[in-house]
Amino acid sequence: MSSSTGAPRIFSLADLFAVAYRIEADAVERYNMLADQMETHNNPELVQVFRDLSRAEGIHAEEIRRMAGDIDVIAHGQGMARWSRGESPEEADLASAHYLMTPWHALQLALAGEKRALAFFTSIAETAKEPKIKKMAEEFMEEEAEHVNLVHRLLRKYPVPSKSWAQDSDPPVSQE
Amino acid sequence: MSSAEVRLACKPADYKSDIKPIWCPGCGDYHVLMAFTRAFAELGVPPEQIAVISGIGCSSRIPAYTSCYGFHGVHGRSLALAAGLKVTRPDLTVVVASGDGDGYSIGGNHFLHACRRNIDLTYVVMDNRIYGMTKGQPSPTTEPEFDTALSPGGTGLRPFHPLVIALASGANFIARCFSGEPNQTAAILVEAIHHPGFSFVEILSPCVTFRPDERDWKNLVHPAPVAATNDPARAARRIMTDDGFNIGILYRGDRKPYQPDVGGASGDLSELEKDFER
Repeated sequence: MSSSTGAPRIFSLADLFAVAYRIEADAVERYNMLADQMETHNNPELVQVFRDLSRAEGIHAEEIRRMAGDIDVIAHGQGMARWSRGESPEEADLASAHYLMTPWHALQLALAGEKRALAFFTSIAETAKEPKIKKMAEEFMEEEAEHVNLVHRLLRKYPVPSKSWAQDSDPPVSQE
Repeated sequence: MSSAEVRLACKPADYKSDIKPIWCPGCGDYHVLMAFTRAFAELGVPPEQIAVISGIGCSSRIPAYTSCYGFHGVHGRSLALAAGLKVTRPDLTVVVASGDGDGYSIGGNHFLHACRRNIDLTYVVMDNRIYGMTKGQPSPTTEPEFDTALSPGGTGLRPFHPLVIALASGANFIARCFSGEPNQTAAILVEAIHHPGFSFVEILSPCVTFRPDERDWKNLVHPAPVAATNDPARAARRIMTDDGFNIGILYRGDRKPYQPDVGGASGDLSELEKDFER
């Protein structure tokens, strides 16, 4: 469904780092999953796009781990709840995948994910009472805003697909 | 290691096999697989103590995608296999995976009697209201007006109501989930597995290839308005009058599970022979 509600509660800086790390790690896994699907269904262009997105999210995850310093974000995150409704903000919507999807569609999924992450960190930055949490949430918010801008720039490289993008000349079903 | 430590040590990835799923992109079953692995990790039961049993169909491919023990069985017979396994190995967590064709048509009779028998199993049916693997024939849950070349003019048949049938037949736990909510589904699966007796979990899992209209399910599902009841009459009324998109645990019964004493599974065939000679 990929709307993100029921977010884990943030009580400490360690919680924030752990959740931020997990958001990126979940995105790595999800993009790899989509790349695998496209590999199975012979859409090599999309395999590349999803692998690239996965790599980019992996770099972000490592950055967060570095920023967290002594906090073991993986161990800390294992003790925390997952999103109780919907999914982690940057988990691209699996249900929107299609074997004939184009890079434009993939980037739309990425854009939606970055926007959800931006909304998540914005809400923490706006509601956190602890100054350290607030400051770091603002930092993550700026990062996500950059990512939104980056995806918008990438989208300029790809035209909006024609209305017949999902038409298959050799479809898996013939019910006509 | 305490149970909490065991839980922390188990990660969803530990329950995934190296085999990549071949479902269509967009298929709800990907989310169901995710819910399975998240539920198993939450339970903290090691993969070798879980058995995932299935029949035939897209959904029944799921055991191969987990690292648990599994059996991809005969069409419609997953419950028979699972019942035999659970009775002889009550120590195992047995989860059965099926689809609406496999589970309600070919395996329909097993479904009734598995509910009635109330063995401690969790039965997960991924319902997409179509036979996907065989290219789109109507299933027992397909709407009567489903009009295609394979069902010209629609089936004209009243769809099967699995939850009502499960309740009437004696299932001890009944829930409906939506595949697009894998975390919520995982949480319900954990409760279903914990609940003693036969737990039935129907997961609305869209088939985007043969039922592209089901992509819209994400806009139709909604949480059940009231908490689960343990009163079958009340549950029946609620299930009969809902719109088919109420998500959540709908019934928690308190029937004692059926667990005959089979004397343990020693593997010694001579002991089994003695039983027949009595």
